[in-house]
Amino acid sequence: MNAMPQAIQAAPLLRVSGLTKWYGQIIGCRDVAFELRPGEVLGIVGESGSGKTTLLNCISGRLPPSSGSVEFDTARFGLADIYSLNEPDRRRMQREEWGFVHQNPRDGLRMRASGGANVAEPLMNLGGRHYGKMRQATIDWLERVELDTRRIDHKPRQFSGGMQQRIQVARNLIHGPRLVFMDEPTGGLDVSVQARLLDLLRELVRDLDLAVIIVTHDMAVARLMADRLMVMKGGLVVETGLTDQVLDDPQHPYSQLLVSSVLQI
Amino acid sequence: MNAGSNAPERYYNYAYLDEQTKRMIRRAILKALAIPGYQVPFGSREMPVPYGWGTGGIQLTAALIGPDDVYKCIDQGADDTTNAVSIRRFFAQVADVAVTEDTGEATIIQTRHRIPEKPLKAGQVLVFQVPQPEPLRGLEPRETETRAMHAYEEYGLQYVSLYESVATYGRIASTVGYPTMIDERYLMNPSPIPKFDNPKLDDNDAILLFGAGREKRIYAVPPNTRVRSLDFEDHPFETQTWDDACALCGAGDSYLDEVVLDDAGQRMFVCSDSHYCAERRAAGHAGPMAGHQLATPETEPAQ
Repeated sequence: MNAMPQAIQAAPLLRVSGLTKWYGQIIGCRDVAFELRPGEVLGIVGESGSGKTTLLNCISGRLPPSSGSVEFDTARFGLADIYSLNEPDRRRMQREEWGFVHQNPRDGLRMRASGGANVAEPLMNLGGRHYGKMRQATIDWLERVELDTRRIDHKPRQFSGGMQQRIQVARNLIHGPRLVFMDEPTGGLDVSVQARLLDLLRELVRDLDLAVIIVTHDMAVARLMADRLMVMKGGLVVETGLTDQVLDDPQHPYSQLLVSSVLQI
Repeated sequence: MNAGSNAPERYYNYAYLDEQTKRMIRRAILKALAIPGYQVPFGSREMPVPYGWGTGGIQLTAALIGPDDVYKCIDQGADDTTNAVSIRRFFAQVADVAVTEDTGEATIIQTRHRIPEKPLKAGQVLVFQVPQPEPLRGLEPRETETRAMHAYEEYGLQYVSLYESVATYGRIASTVGYPTMIDERYLMNPSPIPKFDNPKLDDNDAILLFGAGREKRIYAVPPNTRVRSLDFEDHPFETQTWDDACALCGAGDSYLDEVVLDDAGQRMFVCSDSHYCAERRAAGHAGPMAGHQLATPETEPAQ
């Protein structure tokens, strides 16, 4: 057994250990631990209220956990606990190395600025001061997410839900992040739009060799996107493993229920 | 009639505000001068004019003024508009100061929306009335977030508004309240002065103070501070220009207001700085419409 897969040998990009979040007496998530390698896609599945979003918010530096640590392989400080970095450093690291795709594009886009400005904003945040170059990069990215580049100056509300989601994807990838968080990126879209967006996301993730943590309650999305799955229930991780393994041969009774309740057509 | 401020019997405190308030405002001013461009919160008081009429500027002036000051007040560059006249009379009455329209003679100049054309000298104080001190507010409505952005120098967002402007108009089209960087540290909204005046902020010999009464913020640019107007590398900052010169005094280097003369499309351009224009006319300069009735406005009735 010396032919270990490349992904397992690489140093971890993200290491989460003992992560627990209490909301007063109520448990958000408890004792979560995992590692993520560069280029790996981790799916977090579970029913509503199972702690998926709490976990994602804790990992992405938006919600300090009650205990436990989240270490990320930062470009400037090496592997460091993100909550022990001071606030400007953490914000800078989030800006430079991470992306966050919200379920609702309204949360992730500036609705008052045009689509093009939304896509270009990360470049300006990282010090881009040349309009022509940023404009060109924006156009390139709109093409990449298959949007009509003639609509670059339209406001987000003039786009459909699926198009808004594409703008959000472009905005979160234009600055070349290493880790992207996605919270139900295809939620609220109809099935055909969802399929096209998933296809696009899969292609981009592979081309850019991105590490992704994707939260979803949709088994089909998990099957298509994720290399590895974590199944959550009541704030606990009840099962973890390769996606095909978990979906084809679920061990935990809850995972079995989850897989068997997928609608078949 | 109120008694003069130095009379034995007075019905209000000198310069209207009570001493504790003036002291608090002076401390805020000192802090603002120590951190150029930083918005210092202060306990803004009710003033005898509504918000938006210059309550921030009036409070700054009241905290600074003394009996030997010479006070000038302008609104859009003009000394003779209602707002300017009212505030000037207010301080003539409550602070017993000499008032003037002469930019060179004044020690405190309170202004709304303009910087006088005549260069300011060391020892002068220019007080701006500011409606919205936060340059990032248009794109980021959360105060907690904009404070963090100032603290950590995260000013990429301001460029989003410039980007939008170039994308829409092909150039940076905003003309007033053009964002500036103070000493390469704090982003500052220079109150709604036209961007024509932005270069005058840079390396100015006078003290520039900004007061926002409703928003309860004071900020300042100390003398001879570097003030840079934001721009893109391929769309550099530029000021407004006019094809015409002032119709009354012929000045080609001042900020011009367009005045519509009749409903047949007749119009003229005149200096917005009324004292600058009058001084040039007195020195013998004449524009194409010299002698027009606008050149001889009604004189202020004796107080």
